[in-house]
Amino acid sequence: MIFYQFMEATGAEIVVRCLAEEGVEFVFGYPGGAVLNIYDEIFKQNKFKHVLVRHEQAAVHAADAYARSTGRVGVALVTSGPGVTNAVTGIATAYMDSIPIVVVTGQVPTPAIGLDAFQEVDTVGITRPCVKHNFLVKDVKDLAATMKKAFIIAATGRPGPVVVDVPKDVTYHTTDFEYPATVEMRSYSPVVKGHSGQMKRAVQMLLEAKRPMIYAGGGVVLGDASEQLAELTRLLGFPVTNTLMGLGGYPATDRQNLGMLGMHGTYEANMAMQHSDVLLAVGARFDDRVIGNPAHFAREQRRIIHIDVDPSSISKRVKVDVPIVGDVKNVLTDMLALLKQAKEKPDAAALNAWWTQIELWRSKNCLKYNRSSPIIKPQYVVEKLWEVTKGDAFVTSDVGQHQMWAAQYYKFDKPRRWINSGGLGTMGVGLPYAMGVQLAFPDAQVACITGESSIQMNIQELSTCKQYRIPVKVITLNNRYMGMVRQWQEFFYGSRYAESYMESLPDFVKLAESYGHVGMRIDKPEDVEAALKEAFSPALRERMVFMDFQTDQTENVFPMVEGGKGLSEMILAEEL
Amino acid sequence: MSRRHIISLLMENEAGALSRVAGLFSARAYNIESLTVAPTEDATLSRMTIVTVGSEDIIEQITKQLNKLVDVIKVMDLTEGSHIERELMLVKLRAVGADREEIKRTADIFRGNIIDVTESTYTIELTGAGSKLDAFLEAIDSASIIETVRTGASGIGRGERSLKV
Ligand SMILES: Cc1cc2nc3c(=O)[nH]c(=O)nc-3n(C[C@H](O)[C@H](O)[C@H](O)COP(=O)(O)OP(=O)(O)OC[C@H]3O[C@@H](n4cnc5c(N)ncnc54)[C@H](O)[C@@H]3O)c2cc1C
Ligand SMILES: Cc1ncc(C[n+]2csc(CCOP(=O)(O)OP(=O)(O)O)c2C)c(N)n1
Ligand SMILES: [Mg+2]
Repeated sequence: MIFYQFMEATGAEIVVRCLAEEGVEFVFGYPGGAVLNIYDEIFKQNKFKHVLVRHEQAAVHAADAYARSTGRVGVALVTSGPGVTNAVTGIATAYMDSIPIVVVTGQVPTPAIGLDAFQEVDTVGITRPCVKHNFLVKDVKDLAATMKKAFIIAATGRPGPVVVDVPKDVTYHTTDFEYPATVEMRSYSPVVKGHSGQMKRAVQMLLEAKRPMIYAGGGVVLGDASEQLAELTRLLGFPVTNTLMGLGGYPATDRQNLGMLGMHGTYEANMAMQHSDVLLAVGARFDDRVIGNPAHFAREQRRIIHIDVDPSSISKRVKVDVPIVGDVKNVLTDMLALLKQAKEKPDAAALNAWWTQIELWRSKNCLKYNRSSPIIKPQYVVEKLWEVTKGDAFVTSDVGQHQMWAAQYYKFDKPRRWINSGGLGTMGVGLPYAMGVQLAFPDAQVACITGESSIQMNIQELSTCKQYRIPVKVITLNNRYMGMVRQWQEFFYGSRYAESYMESLPDFVKLAESYGHVGMRIDKPEDVEAALKEAFSPALRERMVFMDFQTDQTENVFPMVEGGKGLSEMILAEEL
Repeated sequence: MSRRHIISLLMENEAGALSRVAGLFSARAYNIESLTVAPTEDATLSRMTIVTVGSEDIIEQITKQLNKLVDVIKVMDLTEGSHIERELMLVKLRAVGADREEIKRTADIFRGNIIDVTESTYTIELTGAGSKLDAFLEAIDSASIIETVRTGASGIGRGERSLKV
């Protein structure tokens, strides 16, 4: 863009040009007083498309999903004050799952800051605990470099959201504009290469293992390292498990994959995790939903190798023996080279015995459910969705039981196909997530598996889907309950269902139709497959379809590790 | 086992830098005994000294989390090696009658300076490690203390041990 160099530009023009220079495709946003100059510049350009959402929370979620599905930085733009506070849930959601987004926020003019001006909030202060970094740009001369820094910080190291707060006067002040190719930051240099001594120790430890286990998390997806993970896992012949955030990081249909672990993980994954003697943790952060009671987890003797780009993820909740700080792709590549050079091979006899044990655990078939029920089982809907979409859809979800069933029954073979809120567990992400993904991949099949409660938290986005003809398929597992809450109340609160019943539901079919979408209500198991086939048929390819599946109200998610219990102390379906 | 640690750090002297550190400590429920901050000879840098108490694991997390802040350039746990710690205290004391001499003697023993005098008060300036300042306060009759102001500790490594960009 030589043309732009050294030309006077307003702050608003600079924001827009920086976004164009970054190759941004979509800006998800909502206008307001403080950002009107920026919107005026957006009006005049054609480098990127602005997507007008119906609530700022959805703008950030959509940008976040764009990032999750493409691996590129997502961008949202909101106005000051209420625009920012509405965006905070979206920012915190991205922060907890380490998602690279840049959120540009309008601010009151610099002379008005601190005077309780109209639509003023302390954006930097409010967002500080839930961003990787944030900036208040007080001088238009700093704007271009700050935008560059924001994109660099968001995307490198452990990714995360960055907020750039731009006061209104800065958007009309002018300066010479040049977009820097890069910006040096003496205080910021994430480690990318692993320590060679530690990697050698790790490889040695893996080769000595009798009961090895690979525990792969969201870092594999974020670091685009699934090929390396697959190669390493196959070379070693070890079992592997994925966290909720790591699903797709290793093919789910591969025999070596024991499925998801954790609170609602499979029996075999949790047992193997608990009883392993050498554990290789790759881009996973030993979350409390994953290891259960840490004291119980520590009861078994096991040596742990932990690869993570963020040193603070290592030995935070669980002490590890071999920490390897670095980018997972680099580290796995280097470890693969070391493995191939090594004279030793994994202990075949020990591995055989270990796999025999694992197959025994697997034969429990912990994900079985009643297939002859006259009421639609939610698991069945997800299984059928997997079949109908040939396992190749992008699936977003909301938060609740349906999220767990989606994770358990949709077998993700590819990374970046499973888009959900793991760390914050934000109800309402599903529909805006689906929008972000569908815009990034217009030809792909995009399904949003949701609950009747979650979907209502951002249902206004049906209007955005109409405006931009976003043909996502919403699959509501409608159990007329906040099912996840109801499940806990059933188990731990004597079945006292306090405020977890979703009364006064809308007629979702009519609601969808009122926006010009296709609505379907499915009541019987025998209609499930046909309905899904229709929704994903060429005839409805261009249409947004809202499917309301009336599912079993009393179904629970199994296996389940209760709070405070050990990972191997699961409640299984048959035990009730 | 919990121990007292003195953590020194250098960070970009930007608006809001202090709140990033203070916010980190409160959000993660780490202890702060004291926190001091001022620009260095290079005005683009702020130097901070944080006194905190925690187990080895917590101190490890604290240093990692501080390092993770984008504006932080370097972090050093001074208590890991030999170091010097100093704190400044100003104490205003009720000093009348026989107490006047007694207070002056105690101040001398602690190498304090009387920096303000009225008919009924002394204000004493005292520098030293936190424990010395505590000892001074213990040596003084608590009834005579009108007010105390402490800066919180500043620390520096001994000899060649230094924290520089
Ligand atoms: C209702 C509900 C139930 C849940 N139940 C479960 C459950 O049963 N099982 C489960 O697993 N989760 C469950 N979760 C999700 C859970 O809360 C956590 O979000 C999840 O376990 C974290 O996944 P992760 O460890 O892979 O870490 P992520 O949050 O994905 O973090 C990624 C890690 O990788 C690192 N990293 C990032 N990029 C790189 C890179 N390039 N190189 C190296 N390292 C990198 C990061 O520093 C971080 O430490 C549930 C959530 C909800 C809402
Ligand atoms: C914004 C928000 N509020 C509250 C919760 C707590 N919560 C977790 S799951 C859940 C119920 C979800 O109900 P629904 O969307 O119907 O899904 P189901 O569990 O029935 O499948 C609630 C209220 C949350 N995760 N997010
Ligand atoms: Mg429900």
